[in-house]
Amino acid sequence: MAFVARLMLACLLILCAGLDAARAQKQGGVLRVTHRDNPPSTSIHEEATISTDMPFMSVFNNLVVFDPDSKQNRLDAIVPDLATSWKYSDDDRTLTFQLRDGVKWHDGKPFTSADVKCTWDMVTGKVDGKMRKNPRKTWWFNVKEITTNGPLEVAFHLNDPQPSLLVMLAGGFSPVYPCHVPAAQMRTHPIGTGPFKFVEFKQNESIRLERNPDYWKPGRPYLDAIEYDIIANRSTAILALVAGKFDLTLTGEVTPELVKDVKAQVPQMQCLVQPSNTQGNLLVNRERPPFDNARIRRAMALAIDRKAFSDILSRGVYNIGGAMLAPPEGIWGWSPEFMATVPGYGADVEKSREEGRQIMRGLGYGPDKMLPLKVSTRNIADYRDAAVILIDHLKTVFIQAELETLDSAVWYARLVRKDYSVGMNVQGTGIDDPDVMLFENYLCGSERNYTAYCNPELEKLFHQQSMMKDQEARRKLVWEIDRKLQEDGARPVVYQSQGGTCWWPYVKGLKLAVNSIYNHWRFEDVWLDR
Amino acid sequence: MLSYIIRRLLLMIVTLFGVSVAIFLLLRIVPGNIADILFDSAGLIDPAEKQKIIVDLGLDKSLPVQYGQWIFGLFRGDLGYSYVSEKPVIDEILPRIPITARLAGLALLFAVCSGVPLGVISAVRQNTWLDYGLRILSLSGLSMPSFWLGLLILMAFVHYFGTIPIYERQPATYWAWIQMLVIPAAAVGFRSSALIMRLTRSSMLEVLRQDYVRTARSKGLSEGAVTFDHALRNAVLPVITTIGVETAFLMGGLIVTETVFNIPGVARFLVEAIRWRDYPMVQNLVMFIALVVVVVNLIVDLAYMLVDPRIRYGQ
Repeated sequence: MAFVARLMLACLLILCAGLDAARAQKQGGVLRVTHRDNPPSTSIHEEATISTDMPFMSVFNNLVVFDPDSKQNRLDAIVPDLATSWKYSDDDRTLTFQLRDGVKWHDGKPFTSADVKCTWDMVTGKVDGKMRKNPRKTWWFNVKEITTNGPLEVAFHLNDPQPSLLVMLAGGFSPVYPCHVPAAQMRTHPIGTGPFKFVEFKQNESIRLERNPDYWKPGRPYLDAIEYDIIANRSTAILALVAGKFDLTLTGEVTPELVKDVKAQVPQMQCLVQPSNTQGNLLVNRERPPFDNARIRRAMALAIDRKAFSDILSRGVYNIGGAMLAPPEGIWGWSPEFMATVPGYGADVEKSREEGRQIMRGLGYGPDKMLPLKVSTRNIADYRDAAVILIDHLKTVFIQAELETLDSAVWYARLVRKDYSVGMNVQGTGIDDPDVMLFENYLCGSERNYTAYCNPELEKLFHQQSMMKDQEARRKLVWEIDRKLQEDGARPVVYQSQGGTCWWPYVKGLKLAVNSIYNHWRFEDVWLDR
Repeated sequence: MLSYIIRRLLLMIVTLFGVSVAIFLLLRIVPGNIADILFDSAGLIDPAEKQKIIVDLGLDKSLPVQYGQWIFGLFRGDLGYSYVSEKPVIDEILPRIPITARLAGLALLFAVCSGVPLGVISAVRQNTWLDYGLRILSLSGLSMPSFWLGLLILMAFVHYFGTIPIYERQPATYWAWIQMLVIPAAAVGFRSSALIMRLTRSSMLEVLRQDYVRTARSKGLSEGAVTFDHALRNAVLPVITTIGVETAFLMGGLIVTETVFNIPGVARFLVEAIRWRDYPMVQNLVMFIALVVVVVNLIVDLAYMLVDPRIRYGQ
């Protein structure tokens, strides 16, 4: 009996402590964040960079969002945002959302289902929304039509069942836009329903957001304002953080090496190194001889020592995997046991290279007759460094390569003209989900399918996995698809990079996910304890 | 005098016309345009959408038409719209000019106020330890890149004072402005200071050996009067020329210093505009900088007359 009484007392104390902690959240203050460069615009739907996503996500709301308390962005951790509930039809081809009542845009106009329809009619390309670019049009390949039923109900009609549609809707790149604001204004002065109102964006200088006093979530946000200072020089930004001029860095901007440096100077600084959703890829132009020969492409893929890339570029911090983000952070990446069975991914690199050399000898190449080629890449440090390592690795299979660096302005133009033989590219995706990765990058004719890899048989599997409800079975199929992509040398993945985010300990309520840097920047729960 | 000024003003117009043609053509020779950059930032390669942007921005028109539109716009006071921010260019440039002007002004002030006196001291105390020390200092100034010096200053401030002298928000008072810019100005002005110091020294050494200086001394004038009234006044002409040239060179240093100290001035903005191939922004900024350099050089030429009455222009 006494034990039960003590237990109840302990529970009561814990409960009180919890309530006290809840009350302790302080209202007010300005969060100061470093930013690395000038965002191309303020319109999230038109950009594909964290430079736009992180500062402006808090201006908006989505229909649904990833649960901020979940460390991993995943289908079973999605919570309501502007939608209060959602339901699939019996045939799983219609997803209906009930919308929150009484929500207002920052200019005072009411939010309705028409805004949702407008937004997705625009991003699916069904209407000309006057966007300059639409980088994620492929995400919505399965959306047939959007219909409304009164101001508070909207339905997404799909060609096929697609459980992952919710995942894409929950990402930071999927805010709801207002119907009544033109796209041109959204690029310079965005209007949203989110916890912070856009105040000012000075080119190459700063971004300022202020608390939305009419935010639909009672008591939120805690902060009075968020200010981003654009500091082009990374050293200056880190020194300013250490000096206490800033509270938080742009996510992923602190390299693993710099994280160590920052922690050495300020031991109490909070830093998280996580996958940055970008990966280094080997691009081989399969239309240009001799690379139209699949055997040469395979030999090149076998020459890659992925661990060496990770060790040299990040002292072993970068992940090794296929197209999908590797575990434990990633949900869909191969298990280590499975990865060991994929050609070129085994622990015995020398064995893979010997296989590559055999292929090259069979084609008439050898130590005395190396295959000459150029490795083209962007003139950016991350790209150049990886390309130099690649050139070194290619030598092991009798390929003598030289580096060709290209200005950023011409890089993608060269890719589209197929004016390259071999390239080193770094690219990212917003969400850790096969529907995003496979359809965006490996679908026949997709804009980001730079190597023009096209395998209709494999595409059938893309669609098959997309429709699967059983996520465990889906994962197994995705592993096989990923293996096939690597075996075919579609776009060999060389490394999966990581980046750090640092903040002072007085910044509370900041919750980051481990498998995406793009989706947790609403800042409505963040407060300053100082 | 008046005819000289009129001739110089006409020459200025010809120079600015040449600059306008050069910058217009050079920008178009550089590979890539704003559409390439916009799509590059999104990792996209849709030629149709890119072409739409090119047409929207008028980049499909012939070069003479584009040039004509820009120049006639300039005469009307219409600088066009930034391709990136989609705001009027004038609204983007105007707030940044005073920032860079203050920084450049302070840097020049620092360079002259430190370079000239130290150069004089170095010359007067030739081949002493003080002279050796000042020559080492001036050599350091010429050899040290300003970004490196700037970073060293920032690191030292963080390490020893726990603060960092970078630009934050717009300061409320003029004094606050000066306080904020004095360290970056010293960093960027150090090179010019070193150059002025060396020039002043060599010029002074030459003048100090002239007969009229010996005459001044033999008249019983104080050493100060000899040095500053007689020697320096004659030695300072090449230094004034250098100040004019340094104004143009300062721009290069400002680009780096504005980046390191995070100062949102014209110089840093220009680099970003070039990166984005924001033609209206780059063209107008370069024209503005060219105008400043030309005007400063005119002022320098006119200053000769004040310093040396023997010089008579237009005759």
